[in-house]
Amino acid sequence: MTRAQMLILGVITLGLILVPVLAANNFTIKLFSRLLIFALAASSLNLVLGYGGMVSFGHAAYFGVGGYVVGILTVSGIASPFITWTLAVLLCALLAALIGAISLRTRGVYFIMITLAFAQMLFFVFVSLRQYGGADGLPIRPPDPLRDGRTLYYIILVTLGICLFLLWRIKESRFGRAVQAIKENESRMMALGYPVFRYQLVCFIIGGALAGLAGVLNANLNAFISPNALAWSQSGQFMMMVILGGVGRFWGGALGAVVFILLETWLGSLTIHWQLGVGAALLIIVLFAPGGLVGLVSSANAWLIKRRAAA
Amino acid sequence: MTPTLIVAQILNGVQLGLMLFLLAAGLTLIFGIMDMINLAHGSLYMIGAYLTATVTSATGSFFLGVGAAIIGTALIGMALEMSVLRQLYKRDHLSQVLATFGIILIVNEIVRMIWGAQPVLLNAPEVLSGPVEIVPGFRYPAFRLFLIGVGIAVALLLFFIVNRTRVGMWVRAGASNREMAQAMGVRIKLLFTLIFGLGAALCAVAGALLGPILSVQVGMGESILILAFVVIVIGGIGSIKGALIGALLVGIVDTAGRALLPLILRDLLGRDAATNIGGALASVLIYLLMALVLFWKPEGLFPARS
Amino acid sequence: MSALLDIQGLFKRFGGLVATNDCALDVRAGELHALIGPNGAGKTTLIGQIAGVIKPDSGRIRLDGVNITYLPPHRRVRMGLARTYQITNVFKKYSVLDNLALGVQARDGHSFRFWRPVRAERHLWDQAAEIAERVGLGVRQDVLAGALAHGEQRQLEVGLALTSRPRLLLLDEPLAGMGADEAGRMVDLIRRLRADLTILLVEHDMDAVFQLADRISVLVYGRIIASGAPEAIRANPDVQTAYLGDEVRA
Repeated sequence: MTRAQMLILGVITLGLILVPVLAANNFTIKLFSRLLIFALAASSLNLVLGYGGMVSFGHAAYFGVGGYVVGILTVSGIASPFITWTLAVLLCALLAALIGAISLRTRGVYFIMITLAFAQMLFFVFVSLRQYGGADGLPIRPPDPLRDGRTLYYIILVTLGICLFLLWRIKESRFGRAVQAIKENESRMMALGYPVFRYQLVCFIIGGALAGLAGVLNANLNAFISPNALAWSQSGQFMMMVILGGVGRFWGGALGAVVFILLETWLGSLTIHWQLGVGAALLIIVLFAPGGLVGLVSSANAWLIKRRAAA
Repeated sequence: MTPTLIVAQILNGVQLGLMLFLLAAGLTLIFGIMDMINLAHGSLYMIGAYLTATVTSATGSFFLGVGAAIIGTALIGMALEMSVLRQLYKRDHLSQVLATFGIILIVNEIVRMIWGAQPVLLNAPEVLSGPVEIVPGFRYPAFRLFLIGVGIAVALLLFFIVNRTRVGMWVRAGASNREMAQAMGVRIKLLFTLIFGLGAALCAVAGALLGPILSVQVGMGESILILAFVVIVIGGIGSIKGALIGALLVGIVDTAGRALLPLILRDLLGRDAATNIGGALASVLIYLLMALVLFWKPEGLFPARS
Repeated sequence: MSALLDIQGLFKRFGGLVATNDCALDVRAGELHALIGPNGAGKTTLIGQIAGVIKPDSGRIRLDGVNITYLPPHRRVRMGLARTYQITNVFKKYSVLDNLALGVQARDGHSFRFWRPVRAERHLWDQAAEIAERVGLGVRQDVLAGALAHGEQRQLEVGLALTSRPRLLLLDEPLAGMGADEAGRMVDLIRRLRADLTILLVEHDMDAVFQLADRISVLVYGRIIASGAPEAIRANPDVQTAYLGDEVRA
């Protein structure tokens, strides 16, 4: 990172720490909590999709299952976050291992569709679990300290910080470089002696586990979980966030999530037809800014440097 | 479980399968020839159903409504292809998924603005509203029988076009060999637009015919679109034959599963548990089928390219 | 000399086409063995089966006595079998050094390390630089692979294969599409490599083949019709009619 980037990161971090102090009301704190949770979820998809090149159309499955593990355990009387969170993340990792092991046998469009199919299966499973609310969803009563919006906000912030740091180290590690190179040229990596399948699978599992963690936070924030959390439109939203921010760019997931949710909130306050605006924004980004927002920023930056050098 | 119940469920499955085929055929051609994932295909289906409902209630004739919907939807489909989708052929699948996802959101909102958020009424035509007695003692709704008839007729027509005509030859060449398609040069643009028009027209037929059975409302396109994707992935992308067989498979498995599984499980688990688990299992069944097919044949049952 | 690579009774059919038809081939340790054959003889299919990307219908491939017929490609690489591609297959968006470091990392034991930055692992980069030097790209190591000239990309291709420290190197048409200068450099490179490597060379350039090879095998319609020293192959009447044509006989 350059010094300028460090500075920007520092300012943003400071700002995020001060949010609950400066926030006028609980609505603002909750909005920022959502921003951070979706930043984590989108970053986890960016690992799988952006770095690993695996276009998973079922990422919401882990997000939803993570939430349901917390919900079901809580209504069954096991509320301790240490137990529920750990179990949720482990189960999501296991689920991703299972889904990944089967899906990674296929390529291209078939991979997109089979990951979607698995997510749909889980969606319908939760819709039909009537003892846990079925299609209506399941209200959760989080344990005491987590019911305070400010406490939860800081927990979310710290979790996000740790996860992003982890993702940063992964990106620069041997594993991360291998995964990115597989995206770039799979057959060559095989010919170099890399067990490609195993790398992709592990990447897929890490992504699933982190999405599960985001789902856990989300269920705690809303005190509620419903099948909508793993609907295919939610998977589509995660993909939107990643492409909006910038596929395979480190801050792409986080930035995309923040911009997407702010756009959604803002348009939603203007008109009930806000999805029109979201759809149009998406179309415009795909057609005219394939590198996403991070891509736009860096090409604008390069243009500025070039101009300065010319002057 | 009586034999007539089973026969009726199989007929229902065939009927759903043939309607899915109408959607899947266009999808698989677009997919196979242009290498394009078009999620907005379901939106065309929805547009077809809404146009049918509107024209039917204005003129009083269901068949006039269907005709108008076919023409209207085909035109909208071609306009969509020429304005936006054409730009996406050369892009990766991720971009295509997202751009067409954006189109779904846009179309849904436009439909909501024009027709409102409430479902729109579309009834089966008077002539076909009652049941018919196929064999003595076995009655089946005439409209559903009509759907099966239309489905078979359209399937035959499609096979004739693809296998016996010049346009069909191009289509087959394009689906099995993309370079060949590109080598055809200028004509390819027109061909792509026409295929889109054809796909949209088939969507309209499916939307018009399923409208009276399911319900005409915003979001109707998405649920059936996913089924259509399951169909073409099972059948093998780019293959019309695969689409037909996949569609019938999905239609029968889904319908029969929903109707029969709870009945079968009732003897084993008792009524409540059977309804609960049977329902869950039935909705999961086709995805299970797809996962199994892809596990054994990662490119579907009838891959167009080998 | 013992056989490092030993192929017996290999068959591969694609639909009605028999691409590999009872093929037998042995490459002895230390030699440079050339595989030649007219277009459509099944060279690419045979190389694919040796490298492990195509599964044979029947037959056996052994590397240093170990049966590798159905091992996945990456396991074969670990056992000392590396390949280059006929069509250049490098990481175009990566620098020369980054390309080679990926290869070194693959050999350097497991890559399931999630924490330590690769940039800090000096020995990876030292070894990558060494290989860049060896294939003649020492001064070009920071250039993006996609920006290299065609001949340089082919050199990098060989360098990538070398990162796994192979015992047997498969060179799939290393001279394809090269001008005279570039081809000369590549021939020199291959000559240097043969000092410590066993090489199976597939090549259309007959001058280069007869210049470099210790032994030559001729593949026609998926079958080896002759194997032997270059002079013997040149003199073999079967080879002349099947492959070399009149120009050589004249």
